[in-house]
Amino acid sequence: MEPLFNYFFVSLLLFAIGVYGLISKRNVLRLLFAVEIIINAATLNFVAFSRYLPAPSASGQVFVVFAIALAAAEAAAGLAIILVAFRLNKDVDIRELRRLRG
Amino acid sequence: MVDYFFLVLSVMTVGASIIALESRELVYGAISLAVSLLGIAGFFILLDAPFLAMLQILVFVGAVSVLIIFVVMLVRREKWVSVPSGYGRVAGLLVSILLIAGVGYLAMNSGIATMLPSSNSVPSYVDIGIKLLSDYWLPLQILGLVLASAVIGALTLAKLEGAEQ
Repeated sequence: MEPLFNYFFVSLLLFAIGVYGLISKRNVLRLLFAVEIIINAATLNFVAFSRYLPAPSASGQVFVVFAIALAAAEAAAGLAIILVAFRLNKDVDIRELRRLRG
Repeated sequence: MVDYFFLVLSVMTVGASIIALESRELVYGAISLAVSLLGIAGFFILLDAPFLAMLQILVFVGAVSVLIIFVVMLVRREKWVSVPSGYGRVAGLLVSILLIAGVGYLAMNSGIATMLPSSNSVPSYVDIGIKLLSDYWLPLQILGLVLASAVIGALTLAKLEGAEQ
């Protein structure tokens, strides 16, 4: 198998892509894509590091089960909020959604 | 020796996530995101975690991507094609390159650069189930509550909107 660094580097690349998307994009849906990519980079790291322990334990995989379920909840709530915001504002540009600004 | 399966998977995953953020059509971006999530499931298989690979395909590729594609179709507009991005893109590229260089440098000088997997037995479905119901029973209950509240919240948001119009 590969050394651990290969998996870590793929995960790092995915995380950097997600951060780039969060900073540079203005479309709300693209921001959601970026968050999903970041969550998947984190879960990949969890599984890789738990596999490379001297005595592989199931705890890392249990954490990933939790992370996947939380990501699903986040996607459901986030998409509902996006739909409502789109109906109210007729726009998904993050800079136009300033109704809550003081 | 670098495994070719690993190489193909990493190129597919990273490339698909770049396309997901950079494609002009949002629908293609959503489909590309699904491909990227599928690549992560492939990594899970490489890492001897078939249960997680199944869960990933079931939840992300099956449910979340379909939900995202559905929402993209619902709120699709021509206006998105030409959203200007000049200053923010440079800042994002700068931050992500700094991140890769910094963290990659630190990791290369640490022990994980050469760490190889142990040959001990890997955890199976049974171990995951026992752990989930013994050590992590309280987080599991809370997770159920979180999922229920997320679904109820999403339904309430959609319904409130309907009543307003």
